[in-house]
Amino acid sequence: MSSNVIVGYILITVGAIFDFFGCMGLVRLPDVYNRLQAATKCVTLGTIFILVGTAVVTATPAISIKAILCAIFVLITSPTGAHALARGSYLSGVKLWEKSTTDKYKERADEIKSQSGEAR
Amino acid sequence: MTFAYFIAGILAIACFMCLYRIGHGPTPSDRTVAIDILGTVVVGFVCLSAMVMKKDFYMNLAIAWALISFIGTIALAKHLEGRRFDE
Repeated sequence: MSSNVIVGYILITVGAIFDFFGCMGLVRLPDVYNRLQAATKCVTLGTIFILVGTAVVTATPAISIKAILCAIFVLITSPTGAHALARGSYLSGVKLWEKSTTDKYKERADEIKSQSGEAR
Repeated sequence: MTFAYFIAGILAIACFMCLYRIGHGPTPSDRTVAIDILGTVVVGFVCLSAMVMKKDFYMNLAIAWALISFIGTIALAKHLEGRRFDE
């Protein structure tokens, strides 16, 4: 085995482990916001590791360049989607877990709700 | 090749955890989060297929899947928020 294959296999293994624990957080954690932050962070990082590892292992331009492009794309879109989902969940009225201590988005959410109420 | 099967097994278990949360989630937000995460895991899975088969069109599939998963997530988030899709 050449050295780039070994480095790529290590990257892919780390990425798969991150994916696994992110999805385990999706199953185990208590409410929507905890699940969202655990799963989004871990799965984004894990998928980027898998993509970069594939680019290193294959070392052919047709696959490597597309893998790097796809990694950049996932890095941009995944936090954006998670942000939109958290906002949509809060404004749709999903309650926080009862042991959560701070809720700094409440004032802003009330403001948004009153504005949309006036618009309609 | 054994290594690729091992990684594919780990990712398959991750996909089944996402499917559990899609089927069992108490609120619609849980299901939407799980759909988003499942899309991202499948991108990694398709990329692993590209590494095993050594065909470059699998990467086109991965890029298209990431794009469509992102658009679906944004649309479902706007639907959860109670807005129409063209606002």
